[in-house]
Amino acid sequence: MTATQRKPQKVWKTNNWVDLFLTAIRIGAMAFIGVGLLAFVLEQAGGEGLTGGAIRGLFVTGISQGAMYGLIALGYSMVYGVLGFINFAHGEVFMAGAMSGWITSTILFENGMWEGEAKFVLALLIVLVIAVIVSTLATILIERVAYRPLRESPRLIPLITSIGVSFFMQNAVLGLFGPASKTLPAPPPWMSAEYTFLRIEGTKILVLVIAAVSMAGLWVFVERTKTGKAMRAVAEDKEIAALMGIDVNRTIVTTFAVGGAMAGVAGVLWGLLFRGVSALTGFLPGIKAFTAAVIGGVGNLGGSMAGGLLLGLVESVAPLVILKPLGIPAVSQLKDAVAFAVLVLILLFKPTGLFGERLAAEDRA
Amino acid sequence: MSRSATDIDAKRSTYIGLIAGSTVVFMGLVGIGVGLNERMLIDPILSLGYLFVLTVPFVAGFVAANEVVLEGMEEPEKGSRDLLAGGIAGLAGGLVVGLFLVVLNRFDLSEWMPRWGDQLLDLFSFRQGVGLGIVISLVVGAVLGAFGGGIHVLKPEAKRLLTIVGVSVLTLAILEAVVDDFLGEIGLKSLARLLYASGGGLAFVPALIVVAIATALALGFKGKGTELKNQYDAMDEGEQKKYNTYMMFATIATAIILPIFLGKIVNELLANIGLFVLLALGLNIVVGRAGILDIGYVAFFAVGAYAMAVLTTPEAPWRLNDTFANTAFSWLPVLPWLVALPIVVVLTGFVGLLIGTPVIRMRGDYLAIVTLGFGEIIRLLFLSDWLSPTLGGSQGIRNIPGVDIGIAEVNGTDPRAVFWLVAVFVALAIYISHQLETSRIGRAWMAIREDEPVAEAMGINTVTTKLFAFVTGAVLASFSGAIFAAKVGSTFPNSFLLLVSIIILVVVIVGGMGNIPGVIVGAVVLIGILGGPKQPGLLAEFSEFKLLIYGALLVFMMLKRPEGLIPNAARTRELHLEEALQDAWLKGEKPGSDDDEAVATA
Amino acid sequence: MYKSKKWSRGIALGVAFGLAAAACGSDAPEFEAGALGAVEVKEGESIQIRSLEAISGDVAFLGIPNDRGTALAVEDYGQIKGFDVDVGTSLDDLCSADGGQAAAQTIAADEDVVGVIGTSCSGAATAAMPLISNAGMVMISPSNTSPALTSDLEGNKGSDYNVGYYRTAHNDLFQGRGAATFAFEELGLTTAAVIHDGDPYTNGLAQAFADAFEALGGTVTTFTAVNKGDTDMTPVLTEVGAESPELLFFPIFMPEGGFIAQQVAGVPGLENVQLMGADALLTDNFMELPESEGMYFSGPDLQYGSNKSTTGKSAEDFLAAYNAKYGEEPSAAFWAHAYDATVLLLTAIDNVAVESGGSLFIDRQALRDELNKVSGVPGITGSLSCDEFGDCGAQKIALILHENSGDIAASKENVVYSYAP
Repeated sequence: MTATQRKPQKVWKTNNWVDLFLTAIRIGAMAFIGVGLLAFVLEQAGGEGLTGGAIRGLFVTGISQGAMYGLIALGYSMVYGVLGFINFAHGEVFMAGAMSGWITSTILFENGMWEGEAKFVLALLIVLVIAVIVSTLATILIERVAYRPLRESPRLIPLITSIGVSFFMQNAVLGLFGPASKTLPAPPPWMSAEYTFLRIEGTKILVLVIAAVSMAGLWVFVERTKTGKAMRAVAEDKEIAALMGIDVNRTIVTTFAVGGAMAGVAGVLWGLLFRGVSALTGFLPGIKAFTAAVIGGVGNLGGSMAGGLLLGLVESVAPLVILKPLGIPAVSQLKDAVAFAVLVLILLFKPTGLFGERLAAEDRA
Repeated sequence: MSRSATDIDAKRSTYIGLIAGSTVVFMGLVGIGVGLNERMLIDPILSLGYLFVLTVPFVAGFVAANEVVLEGMEEPEKGSRDLLAGGIAGLAGGLVVGLFLVVLNRFDLSEWMPRWGDQLLDLFSFRQGVGLGIVISLVVGAVLGAFGGGIHVLKPEAKRLLTIVGVSVLTLAILEAVVDDFLGEIGLKSLARLLYASGGGLAFVPALIVVAIATALALGFKGKGTELKNQYDAMDEGEQKKYNTYMMFATIATAIILPIFLGKIVNELLANIGLFVLLALGLNIVVGRAGILDIGYVAFFAVGAYAMAVLTTPEAPWRLNDTFANTAFSWLPVLPWLVALPIVVVLTGFVGLLIGTPVIRMRGDYLAIVTLGFGEIIRLLFLSDWLSPTLGGSQGIRNIPGVDIGIAEVNGTDPRAVFWLVAVFVALAIYISHQLETSRIGRAWMAIREDEPVAEAMGINTVTTKLFAFVTGAVLASFSGAIFAAKVGSTFPNSFLLLVSIIILVVVIVGGMGNIPGVIVGAVVLIGILGGPKQPGLLAEFSEFKLLIYGALLVFMMLKRPEGLIPNAARTRELHLEEALQDAWLKGEKPGSDDDEAVATA
Repeated sequence: MYKSKKWSRGIALGVAFGLAAAACGSDAPEFEAGALGAVEVKEGESIQIRSLEAISGDVAFLGIPNDRGTALAVEDYGQIKGFDVDVGTSLDDLCSADGGQAAAQTIAADEDVVGVIGTSCSGAATAAMPLISNAGMVMISPSNTSPALTSDLEGNKGSDYNVGYYRTAHNDLFQGRGAATFAFEELGLTTAAVIHDGDPYTNGLAQAFADAFEALGGTVTTFTAVNKGDTDMTPVLTEVGAESPELLFFPIFMPEGGFIAQQVAGVPGLENVQLMGADALLTDNFMELPESEGMYFSGPDLQYGSNKSTTGKSAEDFLAAYNAKYGEEPSAAFWAHAYDATVLLLTAIDNVAVESGGSLFIDRQALRDELNKVSGVPGITGSLSCDEFGDCGAQKIALILHENSGDIAASKENVVYSYAP
């Protein structure tokens, strides 16, 4: 039953051409990136490229976007660690948080809670708490209705189910709230001023701070509390955990709930940063966040957060730094393509992600 | 412990009823009720919207009365307790709807939810205002729930009769376009006018006549079906084979002859269904046979369509733009469809290999997300300004000629010819799928699906075997893409959204993964009735809710019938083996779990 | 042996299909009237026209007012020579080629249909028009703007032109020229960047603007694109900002247009850039954004004033009727074009229809000839004249200045430049 015994041994001999081909892809990709970077450096040296301010702007926006990917990725990562399947609907849980953020912030705005420093911070807290509640409830409901009955099915079954849940939720919200994109109220003016020597916008600082605090909170929860210990035990081996007296079912629900809460926080931050949400808000960020989790190493919480930051950064910087110097027009169109290409490349070089996976024994195939 | 007639689980019935009521409210708020209300099924009495809304309490009643009988428990007596259980469920549902009516009337949430408003109030209260509306919803809920529960009381023959009558009336109503078209084509337009009301929907009197005819037929042919089946079972193997061959030829003959008697609308529908059958057969090999969850399958459909467009269009963007990449190929002549097809197939197969090689060794779920990524990358490349001098970018490639088969050109203006063309390729795809399934490689796929490490240990080269499935799937998709390009006459990147991959996946799963007839039935039912991503089905009104229904269907099928409508024997065994194990585990574990909880809370 | 048997069966099957496909010919209706036949409307029946618009999905905001505009026009026009006009059930073009084709198939299958009002999206018309044209029908679109469907305005047929196609919407080339002329000559800006979102419409308009701007002597510093669904616009704006253009033209939709307007502020190189959008952003949820203040918008001239259709209705009458019937304002600008398109079609039918023996005969070729002759016909959008490739629109482009996000109605009337060659 152990994974090591099952490891294929003769693959290298019989699949020579496959390996050759993969090596060629690896070399080609590295060469492409190298040439692009070289062209960029030459351009910069020639004084034609981006200004320092522009590059700083790209980094800041990339990191704040990446922080949200990271927060969503935590949910994917934890669920994958415990149950071993991609919860495709997690992006929709994030969207539910963002939609609730739209409703509560609009109501608070209409009641004059969106001005002044103290009032605004209080309002923001209310919005955050409600979004966390909505997302957590949504994810618990999904787990109960769609995933629990499938706990012991072949592994593709819950994955396909989660695709269905994702589509259902997306279109349910589309039907309930209409297709138009919703605009959140603009934060007070002092929030859009620039602070610190890096001249970062107030909203982006807020996003980074909240993301960091949530991440730290999650870390304390997982590493220092009894429930957190139970979660780690279940992730390591469900059967043994059950034997040790841990309520596996409850721990799985907790895992989903904590992931949902993080997605709810990310939803509010998304609304703050971009001030626009719709039923489709969750889909692409959801997929990107899973990408981030894979890049960082599934099941590895720190890795997921780092993967998110990296993906956000690459997405923001790579088109202009690698593709544009190569003479490719309209590079921003290819942003998503770059993100997926990064996923493929990372998996080609490090199949377990940059910081390594932490998975249950049975999932380490 | 004996159970009396009134001994029912009221709590469970209420619970089911509350869920049903919330479902009805949800349907209303999403817009299913009002949005579908314009499509009449039976002219003055039943619209599609009401069909949806009213089915819910009926089903709730049915489910509530259908108690789980565990082993060792006395089978409960059928009778008034079923009606009561169903009625309670319906009543609870009606209560939820009634409460919702009050809220709807009292508060205005239309700022948030566009469907919130008077139209919804009218729908749920049957245009009678809030007060009367609550009474009506309670009564209607209870009555329908009781009817639903009452189904259990009926004798099997009565159940069968009711099903046949209900299904035939609804089928006739749903198939309005087909029947209308068919009758018009064979010169019986007047009959169609008699049958259907001018605003759409079966007229009331003809609906009654249909009920009468269906009843008569059902009673007349009672037992004939089982008789036939018994006869078939009684045959020896050779005779069965002969019989199967006859049936196959009959099916083929129908496929050839039937379109002649059908008009453009139905032929168009059939052609679209055919394109999806092709795609579903391809994905069936990849997902159903080899167990590779590819959710970027649309990529190959897109590559097939674009490759055909690039090769056969005289005014293709790349012939008009003189960039370096384009001029390098300018010697390539404009090819006719049939000549270009082999090139398209090889090219798509090559792309399949290119995408497949890096992903094939990945774990199932990683593979899913990476194929999804590749699907998006390909669409983005087709859309990009970067490649637009060659591929047209967002303006697509237009003026793609049809298929010149010597005597005539098959293109979108003649859907009948397109259908025949599609049918040829569907036949080819079925042939290929069948050959592969029964061959050595088919058995290798099965082995891999069931246990990859063991298959590997048995000397199967899993990487090349899986790659072969991947590439075969790509090739089948390229057929579909090539016909699609010639049929529509243009290719735009927005025809190849991720959505297409998902819908094909739903078709394969609903039909029955790994099973050729299942996949075909899935495509006919889903694409035919609900419609494809950009193709209207028979219930064109659904277009707004299509994806919602597809999503719900996918979840429902996975939970209740993962083997699909027409299951594949081996697949069912796999799925139910797990289920049996699960049952065993549940039974063994259940008593212990309480103790677990005690420990955890202690 | 088993195998070879199967093979032969496969081949036989293929041959059978091939023969069957060959045997199928075309089945055009034969009437003695014109070259394309005629439609006979029997006593007591109605004249059949169809409405084919994007009535579901994310483009429904455009298609639904078009569909309703057609319905209201049919109501206003009344009977034609004692016969009612029936629009039937509205069809959905799904704003795509495949959707347009499927719907057109339904229309073409019904030999009683005389003409179609639609489609909403140019991509749908590309695939629908061959079928409509082949069936001898005519189609008048209220909101297709792609030059490929008609002509390049220099007398050269567009690549997707089909006989029987007309439209009351403007040609993108007009709008591109109008916006470029305003920017270059009125505002005196010489460098511009253009962003589209990969939609065929926005891409076409962006290209038309860029070409016209360069023809006038301006420089297009960046021609780039975002994707639908993008939220973080900093990278694309950084790309644009690297060349410090004076004007940023982004004729795209919400929500991406909103993200650009909101995020442009902090990007180096774009501190003083003038923003300009097009009709796709003339929506309330964009114009309510404080960041949209000070922007110019190009679009069809919506100042209809006292223009009256031949039905005697003005824009004001129409909007009152629309509001009374549907309980809301039109969600997009092309309702008047739909109204005019319908009246144009009905008038032409009225002119060519011949009564004979209680039936009404409408000759298909005569209908096309009649539409080709349209010149100076009054409509809500202005005076309509069809050129030889079916461009019938009033072709007036207006540029408005949006000054106050709290008063959108005032901004929509604040026309600062009008382009009507």
